[in-house]
Amino acid sequence: MTARELLAGGLRIEAHKQRSTKAPIRAASLVERYVIPLDQHSGLPAVPLVKPADRVRMWQPIAQPAPGISAWLHAPVSGEVIAIEPRPAPHRMGAPTLSIVIANDGRDERFDNAAAIVSFEQISPNEACEHIARGGIVGLGGAAFPTANKLESSLCENGPQLLLNGAECEPYISCDEVLMRERAEDIVFGARALLHALCSPNCTIAIEDDVPEAQAALRQAVDKAADPRVRIKVVPAIYPAGGERQLIATVFDAEVPHDGLPADIGVVCQNVGTAAAIARWIRDGQPLVSRIVTVTGDGVREAGNWETRIGTPFSSLIADCGGYTERMSRLIMGGSMMGTSLSHDDLPVVKATNCIIAASALDLQPRGLEMPCIRCGNCSQVCPAFLLPQQLHWYLQPFDGGQLARHGLLDCIECGCCDYVCPSQIPLVERFREAKPLLTRELDAHLSAHAARARFLARNERLARLEAEHRAKLAEKRRPKNEPTS
Amino acid sequence: MTFPTAPAPHVVAHDSVGRVMRIVIYALLPTVALHVVFFGAGLLVQIVLGAATALISEALALRLRRKPLEPFLKDGSAIVTAMLLALCLPPLAPWWLVVSGTAFAVLLAKHLYGGLGANPFNPAMVGYAVLLVSFPVQLLQWLPPAGMDIEHVKLSIGETIQAILTGSLPSRLTWDAVTSPTPLDALRTNLKMGMTMAEAQAAPIFGTLGGRGWEWINVATLAGGLALLQLRIIRWHIPVAMLSAIVVCASLMYMIDPGTYAGPIFHLTSGASVLGAFFIATDPISAATSDRGRLIYGAGIGVLTYVIRTWGGYPDGVAFAVLLMNLSVPLIDRYTIPRIYGHAR
Amino acid sequence: MITALVTIVVLAALAGVASVATAGAPREISLADRIDALLPQTQCRRCTFEGCRPYAEAIARGAADINQCPPGGERTAKALAGLMGVEPKPVGKEFGVVPDHPAVAFIEEDACIGCTKCIQACPVDAIVGASRHMHTVIAADCTGCELCIPPCPVDCIVMRPAPAVAR
Ligand code: SF4
Ligand code: SF4
Ligand code: SF4
Ligand code: SF4
Repeated sequence: MTARELLAGGLRIEAHKQRSTKAPIRAASLVERYVIPLDQHSGLPAVPLVKPADRVRMWQPIAQPAPGISAWLHAPVSGEVIAIEPRPAPHRMGAPTLSIVIANDGRDERFDNAAAIVSFEQISPNEACEHIARGGIVGLGGAAFPTANKLESSLCENGPQLLLNGAECEPYISCDEVLMRERAEDIVFGARALLHALCSPNCTIAIEDDVPEAQAALRQAVDKAADPRVRIKVVPAIYPAGGERQLIATVFDAEVPHDGLPADIGVVCQNVGTAAAIARWIRDGQPLVSRIVTVTGDGVREAGNWETRIGTPFSSLIADCGGYTERMSRLIMGGSMMGTSLSHDDLPVVKATNCIIAASALDLQPRGLEMPCIRCGNCSQVCPAFLLPQQLHWYLQPFDGGQLARHGLLDCIECGCCDYVCPSQIPLVERFREAKPLLTRELDAHLSAHAARARFLARNERLARLEAEHRAKLAEKRRPKNEPTS
Repeated sequence: MTFPTAPAPHVVAHDSVGRVMRIVIYALLPTVALHVVFFGAGLLVQIVLGAATALISEALALRLRRKPLEPFLKDGSAIVTAMLLALCLPPLAPWWLVVSGTAFAVLLAKHLYGGLGANPFNPAMVGYAVLLVSFPVQLLQWLPPAGMDIEHVKLSIGETIQAILTGSLPSRLTWDAVTSPTPLDALRTNLKMGMTMAEAQAAPIFGTLGGRGWEWINVATLAGGLALLQLRIIRWHIPVAMLSAIVVCASLMYMIDPGTYAGPIFHLTSGASVLGAFFIATDPISAATSDRGRLIYGAGIGVLTYVIRTWGGYPDGVAFAVLLMNLSVPLIDRYTIPRIYGHAR
Repeated sequence: MITALVTIVVLAALAGVASVATAGAPREISLADRIDALLPQTQCRRCTFEGCRPYAEAIARGAADINQCPPGGERTAKALAGLMGVEPKPVGKEFGVVPDHPAVAFIEEDACIGCTKCIQACPVDAIVGASRHMHTVIAADCTGCELCIPPCPVDCIVMRPAPAVAR
């Protein structure tokens, strides 16, 4: 019974969402310069379609996907391209990455996107996928996987079941909650578009049990659409219930194979934010040039959710929130459990920026001194992948690749649950993250040694066979000569 | 403005080894209190002696191993070891018994194997086993419980301390007058002498359920253990498996021959069954790892406890059962790795 | 009487459990197989045998020491020592040294005359090509044994750092 097993793993973490959900979604201030990193989605970086000094209009495509997994990028404002150069990016932990820099002329002149507005029932599923790609739509849950690529790889005979992920389990993030509250209709519209593009029989929108207002809004929108294919499923608010694999286990009572994709069990999972972005693109012609960003934490004066154009610097969002408090100590993009901490705020919001936490010591609570593992088992109780983190930790020092593989190091989703509960304050996830590439390398070496052995033995066999054949032939040749004498 | 960075997760629960051990110590207090009620203040003296020895040994070992003293002295694990060991000793046992047992437990059973978290055997039980093998006579001289209609000699605190430290009793008393075997021990001796179960249990040290006094101490221990469960310091697998195994074994044998074998209730309420199930076998460091492994581990302890009690040469089997199962933990762990998400069974 | 009976029953049950628990264990892996599994399978013959398998068989027979495999280095020597229950020792210098970083052979295609000598030398069939046509090394299959270098009449084979494993 996987659903029950999942409940055994995971954590109930105190949510910190009230602060950021008090006010409705507001529009972030506009700035003079927007920085659009070309590699802000997973897969390959996009290829620029503009050059420095080009004039661009708002919503105009400025980069096209590279062949393979990649995505379109669009101008968030009208103005002039002033540079295409490496700029520090948050998804690279502050390292520079090639970006298009646009100077805003403040006029918001629209690119003529009328052709983008389509009635999706009228186009074929394949065309719908392609159309979604042209909107620059990527997964907005945090991984920024290009949606069209995911849809393409999920197309199957009878259509996979669609799962919309509204389970926002990270304790600080609330952008999906406010989205569901205020724009539930967009979500349902996007859901129906996705159903069409996937030839999918039904759509389940998963939502956590601790957000009653969002639930009510979503219910209303679903009732209004009167589409029997769309249903809502309430899931327990347990971290990491919103992890794709964990959510699938909770909703469908089925597990994604460790070496496979959700599509292998006939499911495709999308974030609710992605569905809303698809709705805006198909219905209004607005490509993915802005997203909702939660800004919260004790390190900012006022928390909130901001409709933010891609490329806006973090510092501007922080200023919108009234600036830092004196207690500010750590800047985090993403959630408190899995987010990355950044050393400065001169970084652009990218499509994956769901949340910015300005954390103070009150949020963080300093980690205690690391002690030896006492094998208390707290970590294995909460591990959503059903691993034994204490054993993984044991086999790290000294590194025992065989045991690490047996105990599933590579199945760790780095959710941080084990770290959270460890009384010995061991930074388990950090260690696991560092060890994974080592183990991968060791396993690869093992595989190639195996292959080399096979080829070596095959070759020896072949040589022996050729040798034998050769001998046989020689013997054959000799025989007729000897015959007359015998 | 630059900010220091750190790896995720950024927020962790506020927990520590010290808190875990402190809760275990608090959970033992009801047991200690009732122990004092029935057997006098001897236990308190033993705990003080044991704790002092444990801390000194710990400090010594840490100094020798060049480890920081403070975090490890403060983690409370040495005190838990000392308390568990003291609880197993007769209240008036001579001071050198608890001191040498605790020192052995901390120095050899714990630090020789790498200190906190690395000891394959439960240190308190190693200490107890060593004492039991080396000084069986002293270890079996228990006291009769107070109250009811048993002859019980009350010693003042001063007299208790004097008895433990110097081995001499006030002139009005002799050792024979103050000691009595434990119920489990008495049962074994009586049965050996050919008595039936009913005759054997007629002695005044037996109460309605098990050993007199012990019944109540075990109830207190159970309460402490349930508190640990409630606070999620321990989990149900080991206690439930161990106690059920004892019940199953005892019931089976009792059904076969009630004249020779004590019933399950007696086994549950006598000796260290409950203490063992909730406080000793659950020591996570030396226990099996996965839930399934812990069920096997607990059941193994239960069976071995019963076997040693019933057919072995020692009155109570918990210590040896725990040590034997500690020994099989690597094997159990090997065969009980849980199924991982997304992998077929 | 009952005691004895019960003891027998309990022991029998334990034995049963034990046999069930070990029933799934793989059986009959020869010592040479187990040694071979620890060797790096570079097939470079530095150990003085005709490849890893022959070396493994030699160790199993007691005809070779455990410290003869330079590509395996200290790790392999240690693992072999553990398996054979002997003291670990460093790899003998007389068996040669290997580069720190994994390398693969590369044929400079302009110079190659298509003599097929390297194809015959490669112990793992990592070189493809036809007589009098340019040859090339399949980098993913090359173990870096360097056996193809001496036979080449025009010295067109060089060792290069192995490409990163693509995942
Ligand atoms: S939570 Fe920490 S101390 Fe407890 S078993 Fe896991 S790693 Fe060890
Ligand atoms: S970080 Fe990895 S090991 Fe730890 S709880 Fe999450 S999945 Fe399990
Ligand atoms: S020296 Fe070369 S051939 Fe010999 S065992 Fe090592 S890798 Fe194999
Ligand atoms: S190509 Fe050369 S170096 Fe590579 S395996 Fe073959 S013979 Fe050895």
